[in-house]
Formats: sequence, C-alpha cells, structure tokens
Amino acid sequence: MTVYILCILLFLVGLYGVVTKRNLIKIIIGISIMEYSVNLFLILVGYVKGGTAPILSKGLKNNIFVDPLPQAMVLTAIVIGLATTALLLAVAIRIYKKYGTFDIREIKKLKG
Amino acid sequence: MEIFVPLYVAIPLGCAFIGAIIGIFSKAFSRLFTSLVLAFMAGLSVYLILLQKFPIVYTVGGWKAFNRVPIGIYMVMDGLSVYLITIVNVIGFLSVFYSISYIKRFTGENYYYSLFSLMIAGMNGVVLSGDLFNLYVFLEIAAISSYALVAFGIEKEQLEASFKYQVLGGISSLFILLSIGLIYWYTSTLNIADISRVLSQKSFPKTIVFVEIILLSAFGLKAAMIPFHAWLPDAHSSAPSPISSMLSGVLIKAIGAYVIMRLFFNLFAISYSIAYVITVIGTISMVVGVLLAIGQWDIKRLLAYHSISQMGYVILGIGIGMLVISKNGNMDIASLAIAGGLFHLFNHAVFKGLLFLNAGAVEYVTGIRDMKRLGGLAGGMPITASTSMSASMSISGIPPFNGFFSKLIIIIASAKAGYYVLSILAVFVSMITLASFLKVQRFTFFNDNGEKWSERGITIKEVPFPMCFSMIFLAVLCIVLSFMVFPSVREVVLMPAVNVLLKSSMYSTNILGY
Amino acid sequence: MKGMTIIVKKVTQILCGIIFLYGIYIILHGHLTPGGGFAGGAIIAGAFILLVIAFGSESPYLKRSESSTSIVEGGAILAFLIIAVLGLSIAGYRIFFKNFLPKGKVGNLLSAGLLPVYNIVVGIEVAAALFTIFLALIIYREEVSK
Repeated sequence: MTVYILCILLFLVGLYGVVTKRNLIKIIIGISIMEYSVNLFLILVGYVKGGTAPILSKGLKNNIFVDPLPQAMVLTAIVIGLATTALLLAVAIRIYKKYGTFDIREIKKLKG
Repeated sequence: MEIFVPLYVAIPLGCAFIGAIIGIFSKAFSRLFTSLVLAFMAGLSVYLILLQKFPIVYTVGGWKAFNRVPIGIYMVMDGLSVYLITIVNVIGFLSVFYSISYIKRFTGENYYYSLFSLMIAGMNGVVLSGDLFNLYVFLEIAAISSYALVAFGIEKEQLEASFKYQVLGGISSLFILLSIGLIYWYTSTLNIADISRVLSQKSFPKTIVFVEIILLSAFGLKAAMIPFHAWLPDAHSSAPSPISSMLSGVLIKAIGAYVIMRLFFNLFAISYSIAYVITVIGTISMVVGVLLAIGQWDIKRLLAYHSISQMGYVILGIGIGMLVISKNGNMDIASLAIAGGLFHLFNHAVFKGLLFLNAGAVEYVTGIRDMKRLGGLAGGMPITASTSMSASMSISGIPPFNGFFSKLIIIIASAKAGYYVLSILAVFVSMITLASFLKVQRFTFFNDNGEKWSERGITIKEVPFPMCFSMIFLAVLCIVLSFMVFPSVREVVLMPAVNVLLKSSMYSTNILGY
Repeated sequence: MKGMTIIVKKVTQILCGIIFLYGIYIILHGHLTPGGGFAGGAIIAGAFILLVIAFGSESPYLKRSESSTSIVEGGAILAFLIIAVLGLSIAGYRIFFKNFLPKGKVGNLLSAGLLPVYNIVVGIEVAAALFTIFLALIIYREEVSK
C-alpha cells in the first residue's frame, strides 16, 4: 500500500513544479515527472505476489506470471509522452527566438 | 457493412502520410487529394445514417470472446456514434475546402493537410472506440495534432496560446490515464460494455466515486466548462480561421461532450449527485460565458466566449435528462431534454463553424480583427454579409432558423421537469446573446464609413470561390436542419442517438449479447 | 557545433557498428525476449545521434535538411497500414489486422506469423522519427544563435 502512496506523492511533486516555477523549461520538466509517476503506478497495478516475467521459455518451474496487460499500456503511454515533450520543446525554442526570454512573467501579450 | 468501421480510421491516416510524402514535391496534389478523401468520408457517413442497422460491433484482429469474456479490442457503431461521425466529417470537409485558398500564404502547406487528416482520424477513432484505453490513445492523437495546428503560422500570439493550451491539456490527459489505471485495478478489464456489467454486479465503494470526479474534471477541461475554461479564449482566437472553426465546432464536442455522455450514461450507473453536479456546471458555463463575451471587441475572442455558453446549453440538456432518469421520473420528459441537448450539439457545430469562417473572410480581405476599426463592409462583400446575418439569427434563437427549435426544446423540457429557475436563466442568456450579436453585425458590416477603406489603401472585394462555397453550404444547412423537428426526419436521425442514452443499462446487453 | 577530440572520434567509429547491431538483435527477437520494435528503434537512433555529436554538425557529410529521414518515416508508416489492410483482402479472411502467415513452434526465430514483420517496420519508423527530431532541433539551434 505504501508503494501506491509514494507514486501519488511523486505526481504531486511534478504538479508543484508546473504550478510554481517561472522558467518554461522547468514547467516542461514538471510535466515529465508527472508522466513518469503515472507510468509507474500503472505497472505496479499489475503485480501478482510471487510472479515472474510473463515470457514462455524452457525450464520453467511454477506458472505464476505477472499481468502483461498494464505493460502493453505503459509502452504506448511512454510513446505518447515522448510526442508531447518533443512538441512542447519545439514551441519553447520558437518562443525564445521571438520573445528573447524564457521567463513567463514577460510573455503576456494575450490578455482579457 | 462491418468493413466500413475500421476504414473510418485507416483512410484518413493513409491520406495524411501519402500527402506528407508526395506533398514535398508538389503542393497542389495534397490540396486536391485531402479534399477528395474527406468528401468521400462525408458521403459515406450520410449513407450509413440512412442505412439504419444498429449496433455494428467489430472485433479488431478477429479475436472472438472466450468463455463469455471479451479479450479483443472492440469498435462499436451505434446510434450516437453515427450521429457524431456525420458532424465530424461534414464540418471537416467544408473546413478543408475553405482552407484551399486561405492557407496559400503560409509556407509548409503540405504539413497543414497532413496534420488536419490526422486530427480527423483521431476524432473518428474516439467516437468509434468500444475500449477505454483505445479511446485514450485516439484522444491523444487528435489533441497533439490540434496543439501543432494552433501554432501553425508562427507569430508571437499563436506560440504563447499554443503553449498554454498544451500544458493544460497535457495535465488533463495525465489525470485520465491515472483514472484508467484505477478502473483497471478495480474491475480487471478494459472493455466499456464489460466494465459496466462488472460494476452493476459488485457493490459501490468510494473508489468509484473518486474516479467519477476525476474523469468529470478532466473531460470538463477538454469540453471547456467553467471553471476549466482558461485555455479556450487564447487558443481559439489565435489559431488560423479554418482551424478555429474545427476546434470550436467539432473538437470540443467529439472529445469533450461525447465522452462525458458515453461514460456517465453507459459506463457508470446513473446517480443523483453526479447528475446534480453536471447540471450546475452546465448552468454556470451558460451564464458566465455570455457575461464575459459581451464586453469583447475582438471578433474571434467574442465568438470563443460564446462557444463556452452554447456548450453550457448542451450540458444543461443532458444534465436535466440525467436528473429525471435518476429520480425515476417521467421518461418522456427525459427523452425530450436529451433530444434537445443533442439537437443543439449539431446546430452549434454548423452555426459556430460558419461564424468563424466569416471572421476569417473578413480578416483575409482587411487584415483587421478589432471591431472598433471595421465597418461598412456589407456593400463590398455581399456573400459574407448575408451568411453572417443567417448565422447570427441562428445563434440568437430567431425562427425559422435551427437555433430557435433546439433552445425551445431545452426550455420546455426544463419547465416540464419542474426546474423553473433554469428555464428563466436560459431565456435570459438567449436575450443577452441576441444583444451581443447585434453589436457584431452593426460594428462589422453596417457602420457605413464608405470612404475610410480607400484612405487606408485596402480594396474591398469578395473572397475567392472555395471560401464562398463552404460558407453558402453551411448557411443553407442552417435552414435545412430546422426540418429535424418533423417526425419523419427525427425518427431516422435523432431518435436512435437518444435511445442509446435513455436505455442506458441496455448498452452492455446490446454489445456483448448476454 | 564543433566535433570532439580525436580519441572520441576513433572510439565512436568502432562502437557505432556494435550499437547498431545490438539494436537489430533486439528488434528481430521481439517475440521471444523483452524489447520489440520501439526499444530497438530507439537504440538504432542512439547510434546515429552519437555519430553526429562526435563528429560535429559542420562535417561535410551531414545533410542540412531533414527531408530524407522524413520520407523514410512516412514510408514506414504507410507500409504498416498496407500490411494491416492486406488482411482485409486476402481471400478467406475478411478481418483488419489479422495474423495470416503460418505460425511455427513456440521458441523458434521464424514463428508467430506476422509479428516480426510489424516489429521491423515499427523499428525503422521509430529510428527515423527520433533522428528527424534531433536534426530539426540541433540545426535550428545553430541558426538561432548566429
């Protein structure tokens, strides 16, 4: 049970980074930390007590495997996280060229 | 007929990547090819709605259910799905046709058409999916394409708006993934029909209420409800105009309102407290949206705030239907409320798309978006002015346009169910909408400063043919759609969608067969 | 960006081939051991990126634009879609994504039907995509700082 609470704690650390930091790159790192914590939570959901990796090979003694479905979900989620981070970084580089700074207190052209 | 269901995802995906490769060598090819493919998809969806053979269940890969447990990925087309697919593909085709002449001034045109086709493929996948994690993957495809399209012409405002949109949308997607993990932990299956069957047999712990609240917040952000609306005015006003009409007309419905309907009617059992929260959120969005809109002087920002208000009408209709069903009230009143909400969904896609295309035409000719500096355009741009008048009368609720009928159905349903305060608020909001659009029409088209334009060196002439065609088609559709109140049209188009939501516990029996 | 010292250049020349071969091994054995298309493709992209970092982007053999890797990536995705749709048209099967090659014994290299073909196509696609992103961000950074 403590493992799941540590996962939620890591999610809250990432959320703190997104909400309070002023540099654009630190906001992007906060979103990445939140992604890692959700992937970790998904893998831990599929743990079976005393299980081994779910691969058929020769010389297998007992037949208890861990659940392979969350592992397939996490592979897809990692690829989606990669696409999100790449697009955020590309937009951040263009913002630096146009505004000249990474500070979000200077980037306030749209109001109302 | 089962073959068409996976083709809705495969054909736009193939069109996106063929256009990306061949478009590097010839730009005219990607324009024509994308328009033809999307016209074919729109025609196919109209054919399927007239065919009336529901529900169609398709198992990807041919993995049949083993021992009464579904182990494959299901794609489901029932009455609600085919209704939304028609909206997505028709508005998508008209926006692509409009952007043939609008996007000519940007470099990198072929990337625009590839991203557009990817967004259409993602939205088709969300509407047709019968599996919870598959819905999340297609939702991310559509959302990431829309983040890139908002930042397409690389100016200062567009980049800032796209960054804000991406951060907020990314956090809501992570909340959705967390709640999918919690649902899998509790029920150990991912198929929507199977989850609803398992949840109706077990007891009702606090975990499921927690998951419902997280899902309502995350999808409320995608559907732009108050208090999750902060990304919408910046993103919808800074994007290029055909993308604004797609985002505001289709995207917040297909990945926002549709998923709320599917999850809260068919997946979880209907409860009184969640229905109460949904109705309150709908009412507050309706009122606050229109009060924030009336003071704006930028055309596209005003239209974006009105989107929040009209989506509040849709969620209000759905919420009243859910309240009546949860108290075991009169089923006719619930059917009327849900039918009003779904009819307003279609109407809003048509007239809001038309309004954004008109704002784009005004910007194409004059280059100005501030209403204080416009005026006197009605003589030089007759088609834009007349279609804009038609759309403004439609959104304010003036007969015989389609907005009048759908708002009337929602007001009558809420009065019959006994919620008189909500009816009075809906009428009040409609009056303020009328005032706001009278302001738009006067300052943009009819302020009669004839010599002001020749002083600034801008000649006022009509926009090119592809843009005119899309605007005229949508304006005609505004009047044709008011025929939906007649019973013969209503039984074919609207009632299958309403019946899916009304008999909500029959979903798992229809799909799985037991 | 200038390249690194002569020791790094020589070691990279030797190691790049070994990393590339390791990536191909992980892709091909995707149905027997952990890994598969995505992990192997990321390792192959790592080999190419190591070459660009060690020799510098001013080297005369590096192309300035990323259009050729973009075409390879698009072609790999189209091949994936064509193989998936092929299941619809082969006589006797009318199902999307069906596994229609013969499946051998469990544990052989040439078994499990269509899965190794999907792994290879996904591996090529991921390697091309990651290399395109790297080229776009690094070469753009130089044009910014000029």
